[in-house]
Amino acid sequence: MARIEALTGDEVAAEAMRQINPDVVAAYPITPQTEIVQNFSQFVADGKVDTEMIRVESEHSAMSACVGAASAGARAMTATSANGLALMWEILYIAASYRLPIVMSVVNRALSGPINIHCDHSDSMGARDSGWIQIYSENCQEIYDNLIQAVKIGENKKLLLPVMVCFDGFIISHGTERVELLEDEVVRKFIGEFKPDYPLLDVDHPLTYGPLDLFDYYFEHKRQQIEAIDKAPDIIEQVGRDYGRISGRTYGLLEEFNLEKSDLVIIVTGSTAGTAKATILELKEQGIDVGILKIRVFRPFPYQQIKEALKGKVAVAVMDRSASFGALGGPIFTEVRSALYEEDKKPLVVNYIYGLGGRETTVEHIKKVAHDLLNIKKTGKVENLVNYLGVRE
Amino acid sequence: MPSLKELSKKEELISRGHRLCPGCGAGIIVRQVLLATDVPVVAGCATGCLEVATTIYPYTAWKIPWIHSAFENVAATISGVETAYRALKKKGKIDKDIRFIAFGGDGGTYDIGIQSLSGAIERGHRMLYICYDNEAYMNTGIQRSSASPMGCHTTTTPPGKAIPQGKSENRKDLTQIIAAHHIPYVAQACPAFHMDLIRKVQKALSVDGPSFINILSPCPRGWRYPANKTIEIAKLAVLTGFWPLYEVENGKYRITYKPRKRRPLREFLEAQGRFKHLLREENKQFLERLEREVEEREREIFAKAGEQI
Ligand SMILES: Cc1ncc(C[n+]2csc(CCOP(=O)(O)OP(=O)(O)O)c2C)c(N)n1
Ligand code: SF4
Ligand SMILES: [Mg+2]
Repeated sequence: MARIEALTGDEVAAEAMRQINPDVVAAYPITPQTEIVQNFSQFVADGKVDTEMIRVESEHSAMSACVGAASAGARAMTATSANGLALMWEILYIAASYRLPIVMSVVNRALSGPINIHCDHSDSMGARDSGWIQIYSENCQEIYDNLIQAVKIGENKKLLLPVMVCFDGFIISHGTERVELLEDEVVRKFIGEFKPDYPLLDVDHPLTYGPLDLFDYYFEHKRQQIEAIDKAPDIIEQVGRDYGRISGRTYGLLEEFNLEKSDLVIIVTGSTAGTAKATILELKEQGIDVGILKIRVFRPFPYQQIKEALKGKVAVAVMDRSASFGALGGPIFTEVRSALYEEDKKPLVVNYIYGLGGRETTVEHIKKVAHDLLNIKKTGKVENLVNYLGVRE
Repeated sequence: MPSLKELSKKEELISRGHRLCPGCGAGIIVRQVLLATDVPVVAGCATGCLEVATTIYPYTAWKIPWIHSAFENVAATISGVETAYRALKKKGKIDKDIRFIAFGGDGGTYDIGIQSLSGAIERGHRMLYICYDNEAYMNTGIQRSSASPMGCHTTTTPPGKAIPQGKSENRKDLTQIIAAHHIPYVAQACPAFHMDLIRKVQKALSVDGPSFINILSPCPRGWRYPANKTIEIAKLAVLTGFWPLYEVENGKYRITYKPRKRRPLREFLEAQGRFKHLLREENKQFLERLEREVEEREREIFAKAGEQI
C-alpha cells in the first residue's frame, strides 16, 4: 500500500531515513542539505525513530563519528553538501577503506571559491576516487528509492562499502514533487538488520581497527578494496531488481530513454536528465530523434554497460556538471571516452560542461546539444571537443 | 583503591613488544591507565607515536578493542563508538557495561584535534579523553606544538642567531580550556605519581559524562635525556611546579599533590637537552621569562584550589 505525498527532495530524504531508522545519525547543517538534518531532528524529538543523533561541531566530525559508529557495529547515516563534503574528505577515504557501509545523502552544490550555494557536481565528482559508491538521483522519487537501496547495497557482505546518494541542490532538494512511499514495514523488511561480522564493541573478541599499514601489506589491502567495488555493479543491479518487486520501480546502473530510436545520444546525470527527456519529446514532434543515456551509478563506473549501450551509435554528447581543471573535459566525458577505446567502431564523442554554480540549464540548451549532434553526424567531425553550455564567453 | 601489589597482579591490557622508544612516557602512561580499569574498555587513538608504534600491521599491542582513524578526530571517532553503544544497548543488542577512552598526543589534542575534542565533551559523551603530552609532534620528528614550553628546542623552533631562545611563545593551558567546558571531571597527572594517576583514571571513568586527564609524557628522544631518566624527569616536572597535579571535580579544584618545598625550575630544565641553550648566560632573560610564566600558572591553579604555592 504505497502512500502518495508531495515532498521536497530534502523532505523525502529525511522520510527515507526515518523509515530506515538507523542506529546513529551524525550530521552538520549546510545549505541546501540543512532541511534533511532539521526534519530528521524533529523525528528524533518526536520519538518517531530509535536513532541516537549526534549534532556534531563539523562535517569532519560527522564523518569521523560515523566511522566510529559503523566500526562499533551500528547502522550509521549522514548528509552533507559541497564544503561539508570537502571538509570530510580525509575521512571519506577512511570510511571506504575500513569497509564501513555508511550511507550519506550528498545534496550537490558548487564548491567554493567563490562561495556559491547552488547546484553543480563539483563536490561529489571531486570525491569520486574516495572509494564510495556513488548513485545519482534525477528526482525526488529517485532520492527515496536510492537511499533505501543504498543501505542494502552497502551492507552486502561482498561489498561492505559506503554509499553516497547524490541529488541536485535546490533544483531537487527544494522542489516539491509527487512521491510514492512504501510502508515502514516493507522498507524495514527490505533492508533487514545490520549484522556486522567484526564489530568493535565485541569486547570478548578484541580487534584493532585502523593500524599502521606500510609497504608490506597496504597494497594488498587496496587491491582487495578495488576487488570489492568491482563486484558492486552486479549487486546494485540485483538490489535494483529486488526493489522493483516491492515498489514496481526497477533500477539498473544506467537508464535508457529513446535510445534504440536513434544513433545520436546525450549522456547526462542528475536532474538535467529530466530536462533532457522533455526536450527529446519535443524534438520528436519535429521529427528529430535523439536518445538519452542517464548515468545513475557513477562509482563504480559502468564502463561495460556504457560500451554496450553505445554500440552502433554515431555521435555522443557527454554532459558534465563539473569541471576537472586542466583535464581533457569533465570527469564523465573522460571516463566515457576511455570506456570506448577498445571498440573498433566508436562513436564521435563531444563534451558539454554546463550548469556550474547553479547556472540554469534549459530546454534550449539541450536543443543546441541535439542540433550539434545532428551536425556532427552530417559532417563526421567534432568541431570542439569540450564546449561550455550557457556561459558568457 | 587497589594497592600497588594488587595492581601488579592484574592482566596487562597492552602487551610487550610494541615499538615505542625505550623509556617512552606514553607506553608507561597507557599501562597505568589500563591498570585502573575494571570494566571492559574500548580505546581510540589519534595518529602519533603511540598509535604508530603499537599497531604496525599485522601486529597489535592492544588486547582490548581499539580504533584509530586519523590525527585530529579521535574524540569524534570515540563519540561515534560511544553513541553506537548507547543505541545498540537501547535495542538490547549489547548487555555489557563498557567504557570508552580516547588517547591523543599534544598535537592531536592541543592543536589539530581541539575542535573535535571540544565538540565531543560539550555534547556530553561518556568518555575519558587522555592527552599524553610530550610537548611536541614527536612522531614527525619533534616539531613544536602549542604545548611546547617557551624556550624549548624543537626542529621547527631551533635556537639560532636571530632567535636564540628557540620557541618564543608560552604553551597553551589546555587543561584550563577543558575545565572551562564545565564537564564533571578534569585533571592533570604524571606517570611518576602512579597511584595519583590511577586514582584519577578511576574517578574519571566513574562519572556519568565526559572526563579529561592531561598527562605529562616525557620523551627521551625529543627532550634529549637518557631513556632511564623518564620517571625522574617526570617527577621533577611536578616538584618544580612545571606540571602541577590537580583535579577539577564538578567545578571544585583540588591540588592532589603539593610539593613540600618547591624545587628550582632549573633542575627540571638541566636534566634535558632541549633547554640546553636556555641555560647559557646570554639567554638569561628567556630563562627568567619561563620561570615567571611557570610560577604564575602554578599560582593561578593553586589559588583556584584555595591554596598557596
Ligand atoms: C591531518 C594530518 N596532518 C598532519 C599529519 C602528520 N602527523 C602525524 S602524527 C603528527 C604529530 C603527532 O604529534 P602528537 O599528537 O603530539 O603525538 P606524538 O607523536 O608526539 O606522540 C603529525 C604532524 C597527519 N597524520 N594528519
Ligand atoms: S619519540 Fe618520544 S614519544 Fe615517540 S616513541 Fe620515542 S620516546 Fe615515545
Ligand atoms: Mg606530542
